[in-house]
Amino acid sequence: MDFSLTEEQELLRRTAREFLAAECPPAFVRRLASEEDGFSSSFHRGISALGWPGLVVPEAYGGQGLGFLEAALLLEEFGRAAAPGYFAPSYVLAAAALRSASPRLARSWLPRLATGEAIGTVALFEESELLDARGVTGRARRTRGGFVLRGKKLFVPYARVADFFLAPFRLGSGIPLFFVPKETPGIRIEELSSYDLTRRLYEVHFHDVRVPEEHALFPKASPWSTFDGLLLLGALAVSADSLGGAESMLERSVEYSKVRQQFGRPIGSFQALKHMAAEMWVEIEFSRPLVWYAAHLCDTQPRRASVAVSMAKARTSEVFSSVADRAVQMHGGIGFTWEHDLHFWYKRAMANRAAYGDPAFHRERVVSEGLEGRRHASP
Amino acid sequence: MDLRDSPEERALRKKVRAWLRRNVPRELRDGPGAEYGDPARIEAAKRWQRKLYEAGYVAMGWPREYGGQGADLRTQTIVNEELVRARAPSLIGMMGIQMVGPTLIQWGTEEQKRRFLPPILTAEEIWCQGYSEPGAGSDLASLQTRAELVGDEFVVNGQKIWTSNAQFADWMFCLVRTDPEAPKHRGISYLLVDMKSPGITVRPLVQMTGDAGFNEVFFEDVRVPRKNLVGELHDGWRVANSTLLHERNMLGSATRTRQLFDRLCRLARTRERNGRKAIEDPFVRQRLGDLFARVEALRLDSYRQLSEAVRGSTRPTAASMTKLVGTELNHEICALALELLGSYAPLTRRSRRAIDRGIWAWEFQFTLGMIIGGGTSQIQKNILAERGLGMPRG
Ligand SMILES: Cc1cc2nc3c(=O)[nH]c(=O)nc-3n(C[C@H](O)[C@H](O)[C@H](O)COP(=O)(O)OP(=O)(O)OC[C@H]3O[C@@H](n4cnc5c(N)ncnc54)[C@H](O)[C@@H]3O)c2cc1C
Repeated sequence: MDFSLTEEQELLRRTAREFLAAECPPAFVRRLASEEDGFSSSFHRGISALGWPGLVVPEAYGGQGLGFLEAALLLEEFGRAAAPGYFAPSYVLAAAALRSASPRLARSWLPRLATGEAIGTVALFEESELLDARGVTGRARRTRGGFVLRGKKLFVPYARVADFFLAPFRLGSGIPLFFVPKETPGIRIEELSSYDLTRRLYEVHFHDVRVPEEHALFPKASPWSTFDGLLLLGALAVSADSLGGAESMLERSVEYSKVRQQFGRPIGSFQALKHMAAEMWVEIEFSRPLVWYAAHLCDTQPRRASVAVSMAKARTSEVFSSVADRAVQMHGGIGFTWEHDLHFWYKRAMANRAAYGDPAFHRERVVSEGLEGRRHASP
Repeated sequence: MDLRDSPEERALRKKVRAWLRRNVPRELRDGPGAEYGDPARIEAAKRWQRKLYEAGYVAMGWPREYGGQGADLRTQTIVNEELVRARAPSLIGMMGIQMVGPTLIQWGTEEQKRRFLPPILTAEEIWCQGYSEPGAGSDLASLQTRAELVGDEFVVNGQKIWTSNAQFADWMFCLVRTDPEAPKHRGISYLLVDMKSPGITVRPLVQMTGDAGFNEVFFEDVRVPRKNLVGELHDGWRVANSTLLHERNMLGSATRTRQLFDRLCRLARTRERNGRKAIEDPFVRQRLGDLFARVEALRLDSYRQLSEAVRGSTRPTAASMTKLVGTELNHEICALALELLGSYAPLTRRSRRAIDRGIWAWEFQFTLGMIIGGGTSQIQKNILAERGLGMPRG
């Protein structure tokens, strides 16, 4: 039994932390926030050079062939830096789903994804925001040699910079995922204005969009080419991000408490703040094993990972939200300004809480699956 | 990362499980359940520990020459997990096994180890902890119980308080002031005191649960042989702190928490609330889901700590975190159980209407005591903020 990271994993973490500290400091996050699509091609080139887009892409397709645990470690660092948020949808979710695509589709897209030449995203949710099969009302119709898709998807990350979408549509009694290149006629994209300036969300309309036969991904070998599978991976990714975000807010608050003076002494010497910080720290430290374990199960026993992922998502969302609140309070007025960097994380916490199932949704799954043994059928 | 059992571990698990299924005494299941006020219960609890020891499942990690098996941490974890599964009672010799035992292994002389360790395992000698005094609780280092070295003996005078189990303990590990002139942390020594020594008076204190679980202990010219000093003279603070770390890990133990949580789930599945099974109530489900995730986090963190210990990279503040999180979680688990019980919550086990033998109200109170004992939650937070996060003292 071993519940620790390997040297390679530790190295990945360190490399990521150093790279992001240099390339993605708060000033960069701020600059990106005011840019058109929240995207920087030079930053993107930087992460591509490190091979991170291909982290979970099999080596045969030019990726690194690593697992979700490595991805989680990396995403934690991205969360810590409040880095732009297309990494998870593209390089974790889309890459994982495409692993079970037809050989031709996989051969033509995975290598491009792995080098960073292409960016993908997932379009899972609709207006109703129901997080199961009921929530998928968009329809696919079979035509000669392919399908016609019609529907609206909301909360699609980075739709403008992505080169393709993976989206579920109803087809008879099943709900396959469809691979849709962005340039396909019939697609219309609208930005959803969001307070979270570090991540862009869009609404994507599919109006009689035609895709060939091989662009349908039917759940086969991989559990990740389903709505439920991607929901889980998304929840895992956001959990790791929240962990890093919370950690970063705590560190900033503790540092500030050592330098800011009131009543003739550093505010960090006041016990009210010490206890707040200690509680934040403990909550964070006890979230970490949940994230690692969930990621580890996604790698080793994907069909048993769901309860662990739900535990991680529920806890990290709660912890990040409440750490964020307390971090701002520990800063006083300065923490409430636009000038100060703290609000980037604060808003990320708000968004993370809601993304891929809120804490209440996941706690319910913990009980129904973890205590009552009910299985959530993959659509 | 690899959490699977190896084939040998799987075999061990199976063997332990089978043994426990046959041997855990029904009347002690989930115990202690009530304090050890009753001599018959004490005897039963000692018999259980002895039996478990003879089966080879007590303190397996201790070196062979002192009655252990030199087993690795993983083996011990497997046995602990199986004890929880089997709803085995916690051991009456806990403070010996988990606190003074490991301290002696680290700091004791060879003679002390050979003399004191084996009877801890067999429950032939039960230990209590003489740290707190009326004037020295959170500020433990201000303790005043005096010990003067006269020839080959210490002569001890003073008073301890809140001493759990002193009413039936055979030995006490005790902090005394040997150098009143030195700064407060530097004049303390760590003694092993025979509770049958002349001059010791034990006066029971009744806890809020109604059990006489702890005591006042008075020392009047009590003679303790010099060979019962652990560590160097005046250097007891360091020894005491290593016992405190063991105590914190014991109090925050993931296995105890899991046992309580499993029991809460059994209650939620059977108990009716608002005309349906409690577990069907969405609000109860939300809270169960939250508690389950936190119980699981405690378990996984204990694996993480185990792996760190194996690599020799223990985080210095880990024990404080475990104590803080584990004891507060235990109390919250009990609080939810009380809500499920509604009007039945405060009934004692003497009432025939009591549900679950009235155990929850007792546990609810007992778990509050554990938040205070072993260093209060506030003290743990001070430690975490100052030593862990480096926030300024003052
Ligand atoms: C059930 C139970 C069993 C026990 N068993 C034993 C035993 O076997 N042996 C033994 O030696 N002791 C035992 N104790 C004693 C226990 O260790 C002390 O009660 C504990 O350390 C607190 O000390 P105190 O009671 O003097 O409270 P105090 O130290 O007076 O604390 C009162 C309050 O002040 C707070 N406080 C104190 N100092 C600070 C500070 N610096 N910062 C913030 N808050 C502070 C505390 O957190 C607490 O809320 C037991 C206690 C209980 C409840």
